[in-house]
Amino acid sequence: MARWGMVIDLDRCTGCQACVVACKAENNVPVVSPAGAQAGRLMLWMTVIPEVEGEFPRVRARFTPRPCMQCENPPCVKVCPVQAMMKSPEGIVSHVFARCIGCRFCVQACPYGVTYFNWQAPAWPADLREALNPDFSIRPTGVVEMCDFCHHHLQHAREMARADEREVRGEGEYVPACVQSCPALALIFGDLDDPNTAASRLAHSPRAYRLLEDLGTAPKVYYLKEG
Amino acid sequence: MPTKHSQGPGGDEILFAPVLRTGRGFYVAAGILLAVAVWGAYAYTVQLRYGLGVTGLNRPVAWGFYIVNFVFFIGISHAGTLISAILRLCKAEWRRPITRAAETITVLVLFFGLGSIIIDLGRPDRLFYVLQYGRLQSPLLWDVTSITTYLTASTLYLYLPLIPDLALLRERASGWRRHLYTAISLGWRGTPEQHRRLERGISVMAVIVIPIAVSVHTVVSWVFSMTLQPMWKSTIFGPYFVTGAIFSGIGALIISMAAVRRAYRLENYLKPVHFNSLALLLMVMSLLWFYFTFAEHLTAYYGGELAEGAVLSAKVAGPYAPEFWSMVMLNFVIPMAILANRRTRTVTGSVVASASVLVGMWLERYLIVIPTLANPRLPYPRGFYQATWVEWSITAGAFALFILLYMVFTKLFPIISIWEVREGREIGIREAYERMEGYLPSDEGRAPVVEPAGALR
Repeated sequence: MARWGMVIDLDRCTGCQACVVACKAENNVPVVSPAGAQAGRLMLWMTVIPEVEGEFPRVRARFTPRPCMQCENPPCVKVCPVQAMMKSPEGIVSHVFARCIGCRFCVQACPYGVTYFNWQAPAWPADLREALNPDFSIRPTGVVEMCDFCHHHLQHAREMARADEREVRGEGEYVPACVQSCPALALIFGDLDDPNTAASRLAHSPRAYRLLEDLGTAPKVYYLKEG
Repeated sequence: MPTKHSQGPGGDEILFAPVLRTGRGFYVAAGILLAVAVWGAYAYTVQLRYGLGVTGLNRPVAWGFYIVNFVFFIGISHAGTLISAILRLCKAEWRRPITRAAETITVLVLFFGLGSIIIDLGRPDRLFYVLQYGRLQSPLLWDVTSITTYLTASTLYLYLPLIPDLALLRERASGWRRHLYTAISLGWRGTPEQHRRLERGISVMAVIVIPIAVSVHTVVSWVFSMTLQPMWKSTIFGPYFVTGAIFSGIGALIISMAAVRRAYRLENYLKPVHFNSLALLLMVMSLLWFYFTFAEHLTAYYGGELAEGAVLSAKVAGPYAPEFWSMVMLNFVIPMAILANRRTRTVTGSVVASASVLVGMWLERYLIVIPTLANPRLPYPRGFYQATWVEWSITAGAFALFILLYMVFTKLFPIISIWEVREGREIGIREAYERMEGYLPSDEGRAPVVEPAGALR
């Protein structure tokens, strides 16, 4: 069975935030007002974190795209009291919104801070509301949501493959929205167990590292450090 | 010869008085508390309507006052059952007038502990999913299991010693109360056989309740220490929380005893000696609390791990420093200064120390929950937490409702166990004397131990 993972090449990332916008549109992530964002209620399943190093004139900007780390050993799944947070046999961590009781234990347990809570009823400006994605549910107030590697893309790819009586290919058929939209090809997605995919090759690169590796969460998102 | 536990109507009238008669002061106090509770309920309806966005919670501080209250209330519950059970098993004779007051706190406050969790939920309408789809791996489910067990056991443990008093009230009350007491006194007639069974039941419950109480607050601490978060992932959180729980519990017990003593003029039953004994216990727990707090913070400091260091410095020298040092003052410096001195270890002194400890322990829970969340391992989301009027109102409402329910309890049931006080008078003194004698060497050559005058009436 495929083990889907992502590689993020920090050398290639330009910080354009196309992935952020694509993710928001694909997954119907609510739009939060500037005041809400000030209060720490921003919702971005995929986000690009800017870091500025050094002092003027020797300044260097670094951009770190950060989706859910899709841990092999996910702390969020362990603590969920109602099995709303779950890991599929293929290793994708996803969340059943209709099951979530809103206790936010997963929010506390995640060391990466990638789980988001719906503090208010979700809202979109009128024109964005018309552009909501019909392939993905919107969430009610009071539940947690997070990146699931566009799991509905996998379901779609699996249906296509089943029609041809074969497995989903390790590369190219199932691609999350952020990866599809990256103009700099900084995001690479594929089966980490298939040695022929670019993702698995890059995950074994000497430049590859994972966030907070020593915690033992075993993320399936690899970063390639700037060379 | 009467049965060994006299059922006569005479004596201890003042203990029946609060149940049978109610003055104006009660209604005034109850009215004020009810108003605060209703205001809290209104705040909760606002939260239900608009979502948790009306609170100050955010990312990364997604747990706030409600979880602090949860830990605090469950901690207070250790006042009762645990202290009462330990004193009963140790045959501490001074326990007799205080066990009921203690056990009542436990049972009532547990509802507020559970209630705080429900208030904290984003989807309280899906509460029963916890039972329907529960995942045993989640510490929250351990909480549900242990707290419901604790609630059941403590309710039984409160009820069993109530039965003889209910029978006493059955004889005195009229109207619907008479029916109530008749029904729930379960046909108690005070026969020696009934007494034997009751004592046995109470002893068994006392033994059962102690490990349950310890497990409850251990599991509460595990909600935090099972995660990977800095300064939560600690092996001593279990005993640290249990210590804090007993510590704040004794504080709540002393205050409630002083309140009923003043309100119902029970100075003759709740004497300075009772307060003195509890105050000494409070002092010991203060030392123990300081020891745990010191160990916890020293290890975080000495290791110098970055994430833990950030939380620690936010606590001792950062945005949470005022709360942190207030906590040290309120939980250690003030109670020790008052209680270590025999002249200030009076009823008033122990009440002041207890009030200080209650505020301090609430702050302690606050400082465990918030700074860790505000300083996560990865520097990306950083935050600060400021509760809004909703959290303040719900918290005030919960405290007011708890005090109100406690007051109502004293109006329905005697807050001092009448039969146990009588039992102390009638057979406790003799038993204590015989027990004392059993401790002493029994060499026949010596002169027999002289009975103190008046020991056996």
